[in-house]
Amino acid sequence: MQISPSGQPADPLLEVNGLTLTFGGVRALGGVGFAVQPGSITAVIGPNGAGKTSLFNTISGFYRPSAGSVYFQGADITHLPAPKRAALGLGRSFQNIALFRGLTVLDNIKLGRHAHLKTNVLDALFYMGRARREEAELRADIEARIIDFLEIDHIRHASVASLPYGLQKRVEMARALAMEPRILMLDEPVAGMNREETEDMARFILDVRAEWGVTVLMVEHDMGVVMDLSDHVVVLNFGEVIAQGPPASVQRDPEVVRAYLGSGNVGDLRKRFRSSSAQEAT
Amino acid sequence: MDWLILFEVSLTGLASGGLFALAALAFVMVYKATRVVNLAIGEMLMAGAYLFFTFAAMFALPLWFAIPAAVLASGLLGGVIERTMIRPLLGEPPISVFMVTIGLGSVLVGLVEVIWSADQRRLPDFMPTDPILVGEAFLAPKVFWGAVIATVLIAAVLMVFRFWRGGVALRATASDQAAAYSVGINVPRVFSLSWVAGAMIAAVSGIIVGSIGGISSNMGVFGLSVVVVVIVGGLDSVLGALVAGLLVGVIEALASFYLGGEFKLLATFVVLVAVLMFRPYGLFGTHEIERL
Repeated sequence: MQISPSGQPADPLLEVNGLTLTFGGVRALGGVGFAVQPGSITAVIGPNGAGKTSLFNTISGFYRPSAGSVYFQGADITHLPAPKRAALGLGRSFQNIALFRGLTVLDNIKLGRHAHLKTNVLDALFYMGRARREEAELRADIEARIIDFLEIDHIRHASVASLPYGLQKRVEMARALAMEPRILMLDEPVAGMNREETEDMARFILDVRAEWGVTVLMVEHDMGVVMDLSDHVVVLNFGEVIAQGPPASVQRDPEVVRAYLGSGNVGDLRKRFRSSSAQEAT
Repeated sequence: MDWLILFEVSLTGLASGGLFALAALAFVMVYKATRVVNLAIGEMLMAGAYLFFTFAAMFALPLWFAIPAAVLASGLLGGVIERTMIRPLLGEPPISVFMVTIGLGSVLVGLVEVIWSADQRRLPDFMPTDPILVGEAFLAPKVFWGAVIATVLIAAVLMVFRFWRGGVALRATASDQAAAYSVGINVPRVFSLSWVAGAMIAAVSGIIVGSIGGISSNMGVFGLSVVVVVIVGGLDSVLGALVAGLLVGVIEALASFYLGGEFKLLATFVVLVAVLMFRPYGLFGTHEIERL
């Protein structure tokens, strides 16, 4: 796999090369490589346990890969800790909503801006000068842009723990947006949502790109959403990329069909398991 | 029943309750951020008091210098403890960390006995000694001024953690570490920070407690009451620590005046048992029930 800048039409915003991740003897990712073009919506799909969330956690810095690299805006971020990556512009949401449960919606969203604030202890002690100014600016900005945009104005002072699931997902997205990300990583943004909530979320994802110019990388199971929204689809199976390309061509790919539906050929399946366990042994 | 005496005793109890509240705050800060039950809280108090003793009495430094120096040195100690004993245990079962803090307590006691010997010592007086009268009730000046310092410090700490982004970061880390990490909060640094701040607060309460009752290597017993305060208050609740601090302070004062000094701890633990029977999460603690 080539190292950035690669031969892609534009320089990719995010590029993953030969990413390998192991937990003890279990190989979660084996040489995953793909690129996310700026301004695109890229989806990572795959059956359960294919390594999608592991991939997300490695890109955002929660897991250390045993091999491979992650390039963001042309710079190698493979060894940066997660908070530094957040400050560079990697915003993310979680599959099982990770909100600050004791705090209000507004406080949760404001924490998204944490990495960009510069207030020091003494300012805060007297709640004056920079702290007050930053706080006021931040609040105005967040209210004007993010809260209106995601239509969560009516719940801004509610405690997040009291909200229904769909709204919690939206608050989590709002927090990620408050980070002013260059790339927004959404881990199953519509999982567990009804049709109406799913359509709302799909609309938000499209609007985020259109109005904020944010590139989106998402993991999603809902094929309808993936096919409608994404420009580029990466298919993972057993921790490896088995296909990638525009949604229409990925959909027709025989490998993908086999991964999702099974080949119906038991001998083939047995061969596949054998080769993957042989790889682990080496 | 002499109401004036009752009032006086309760007042003294409230004032010393302020000290419990302050020490409990040091405990809650560490627990909230790192989920570590720090049983060495009493010994950390003691370490702060002995550091003050060293600077003020042994090196004969002026008080305005000795107090901040002792507090800063305690903060450093807290940071070192976090880095060398607590951080390596990240991800280990809570009971291991719990045991380590018990060990830490005895290590601190041992160090104090090696360095300063086990003798009881007096801290230099630094608080005004004019008697304090509230109405007709008399309050020992040291207890009064100790309570004043505790109140001011608690207020300052609450302000910092309300408005400073580091305080917000601490609350966020306490709530969800993964989420905090993902929005750019440096979680390991929050851990260090909470231990440093906790040790500094503990040092201040140690200095006050020591200047009221003298210091010795078994001063850590004070920590026993602090742990009761924290459990009664609900482990992770700052408000709980404050209320329970005052409550335990008053109950200890009443018990030792009306029943005798040997009933002091007994009364404290009766309160603990009673609260745990009716509110197992403490008065203000988080109910750890998750909706899945």
